Amino acid sequence: MEEILLNKPGKKIILLGNEAIVRGALESGVNFVSTYPGTPASEIGNVLFKIQNSKFKIQNLYFEFSTNEKVALEAAAGASFSGLRSLVAMKNFGLNVAADSLIPLCYTGVEGGMVIFVADDPSCWSSAQSEQDSRAYSYLAHIPTLEPSDAQECKDFTKLAFEISEKFKLPVMIRTTTRASHQRSIVSLGKILKKKRIGFLKKDPQRFSTMPPRVFGMKKELLEKIKKIREFSERAKINKTLNLKPKTLNLKLGIITSGISYSYVMEAQKELNLNLPTLKLGLFYPLAKEKIKNFIKNLKKVLVVEELDPYLEKEIERLAKEANPKLQIFGKNLIPEVGELKPEIVTFAVAKLTNKKYKSSIFNFKFPIPKRFPRLCPGCPYWLVVSAVKKAVEQKKVIFGGEIGCYMLFRYPPIEMQDYLSAMGSSVGIAHGIKKMTGQKIISFVGDSSFFHAGIPALINTVFNKSNPLIIILDNRTTAMTGHQPHPGAPAVPNGIKIEDIVKAIGVKNLKVIDPINQEEFIKTVKEFLENNEVSVIIARRPCIFVAKK
Amino acid sequence: MKKKTFNIIIVGTGGQGQITLLQILAEAALFEGYDLKTSELHGLSQRGGSVEVHIRFGLPPKYGAGVYSPLVPKGKGDLILALEIQEAMKEFYYANEKTIFLVNDYFLPVFGAEFSREKALKSLKKLKSKLILIEASKFCQEKLGKEVLAGVYLISLASFKKLIPLKPETILKAIKKIIPEKYLELNIKAFNLAKS
Repeated sequence: MEEILLNKPGKKIILLGNEAIVRGALESGVNFVSTYPGTPASEIGNVLFKIQNSKFKIQNLYFEFSTNEKVALEAAAGASFSGLRSLVAMKNFGLNVAADSLIPLCYTGVEGGMVIFVADDPSCWSSAQSEQDSRAYSYLAHIPTLEPSDAQECKDFTKLAFEISEKFKLPVMIRTTTRASHQRSIVSLGKILKKKRIGFLKKDPQRFSTMPPRVFGMKKELLEKIKKIREFSERAKINKTLNLKPKTLNLKLGIITSGISYSYVMEAQKELNLNLPTLKLGLFYPLAKEKIKNFIKNLKKVLVVEELDPYLEKEIERLAKEANPKLQIFGKNLIPEVGELKPEIVTFAVAKLTNKKYKSSIFNFKFPIPKRFPRLCPGCPYWLVVSAVKKAVEQKKVIFGGEIGCYMLFRYPPIEMQDYLSAMGSSVGIAHGIKKMTGQKIISFVGDSSFFHAGIPALINTVFNKSNPLIIILDNRTTAMTGHQPHPGAPAVPNGIKIEDIVKAIGVKNLKVIDPINQEEFIKTVKEFLENNEVSVIIARRPCIFVAKK
Repeated sequence: MKKKTFNIIIVGTGGQGQITLLQILAEAALFEGYDLKTSELHGLSQRGGSVEVHIRFGLPPKYGAGVYSPLVPKGKGDLILALEIQEAMKEFYYANEKTIFLVNDYFLPVFGAEFSREKALKSLKKLKSKLILIEASKFCQEKLGKEVLAGVYLISLASFKKLIPLKPETILKAIKKIIPEKYLELNIKAFNLAKS
């Protein structure tokens, strides 16, 4: 049996941060989970998909891979409107896609507890397009936000998030970063709750319809809820203080931190043999302002340790004006704003403020080491597409649009066929603009899962507004990069939706479905389609080697 | 029980089973009562590139200790297990004079780079750290018909040779817990090879 399903309260097991989120949801009696895969959040879906397709299937739990994050969030909202507990999981950029629905959702609020899980990826380990700090959405949407720092907290905070959500009738966000999500550590299990519940939506447009003028009333209610959650936050145990003894207060230096940064702060203190007053904020939004003021009022210096953007630092600057105007605040002047934190970075900052000596390494020499670029797998069907396109066109004279998926590796040698890369679906969207305003030839690549996710409106736009890029839909029959999750057109889905049916229905006349193993036909079609005056689509269909194996 | 936190880094190329090895070591550490944290990467970073995973274990918080950071701090590696020679060279960042480099004598050329096994070895030997070079892939291929068992062979060897403070019997127990039944027999054979 899957260890994650063990119903032995008190038992200690090792879980990945993301698995602990799932466990927390199961211990909260979650009824509905939706997601679109994206690293570092993918395991939420992978674990539940595996369980729900096994003999350990949990009754009273519905799980789906949705078409994109916006739809996933909306579906989970529907379940919560109907009184059930729901969880929706996504990576950072997914929240951008879902934001349009997130903001009104906070206005209407929810009935059943709803938790939105978002994993950021500082240092872009598995993310191409940016290093965004999704905590900005906490302010934008007024959504309560929790930041766990290890697997135990991933589980505990998920449970607390459901409680807060249900009590205050507002969705709650849990935000992690890669090193919290992809960390394995020891988790003490609780009881799995199996709630038998059938949802029912009580008709109440006053509550769920945001039409003005009601929407202004909703905003007032939202701010009122946030005020109450702030009061809760002031007393909440997840905002914890350490080392508040007279002896440790001598230095008049304190540290404020949250999320994964807390583990580096503790590591730094262990390394330097320090016990500095430390405030760990489990609730990032709304902030426990009085608690912070109380913490800083007798300090001379405070170090704010957070990854990426200085949100906490800015808040603390503001609070210090009221509580301790002479306080010296250190943050982004010692801790980088670009890239993820590491224990040695934080240790160095703490050492500097305490005049301690810290030498991190003895070896400072570097050998020239050949860089191993990530590459398409040997036998990947995309190699066949690359080979055909390289033979069909003069690479220098064609613009290549890139996208999110395994084929973003087209950027690297030996392929080097990628002139721009941005969000999912954007390869086609940008191609249209270039095509409209230049005479250049364009091949825009888009994956099968990406096509369903965000490519369809962009393709409709090229037809509606008449431009003529060549779009190659790389149909490997799966969402490969994130771990082979199914999508609406995947063979794993009975009566799946055919991509060619959609393309035809949009009105694309130049359409061919080709198995790229037929190199000659592929080369000929690329050459021919590039000359067309209307948009052309090639669906390059050949399964990912890992799908073919099954 | 060891008082100081023990830091291991396992590095290799995609597909050499680093995450499985990490899971085995983590379970073994839990069996022996240690607190632990690990770190790994998924997705884009796994595609044929270098894959580096970290595990740290030490006394639990109730003894006034606790393991906090999932990442090994710079220069604090106790054991660096490299499943490929060139990959070992990328780990000097984590090394100090007492660090042990346990390196699989296996060379996987980097696309487009002119670099040889001999050149890599020459650089590695410049290190003041202790270097243990083992032809694990070759040996596992010869004895068991599968190169990929090199990882399990090497962590078992590290335990038998006391390069890591985890007992061979707990490593074996962890192997039995983590490895799927289908491959278990072969993995136990790899463990036993390390004993002899």
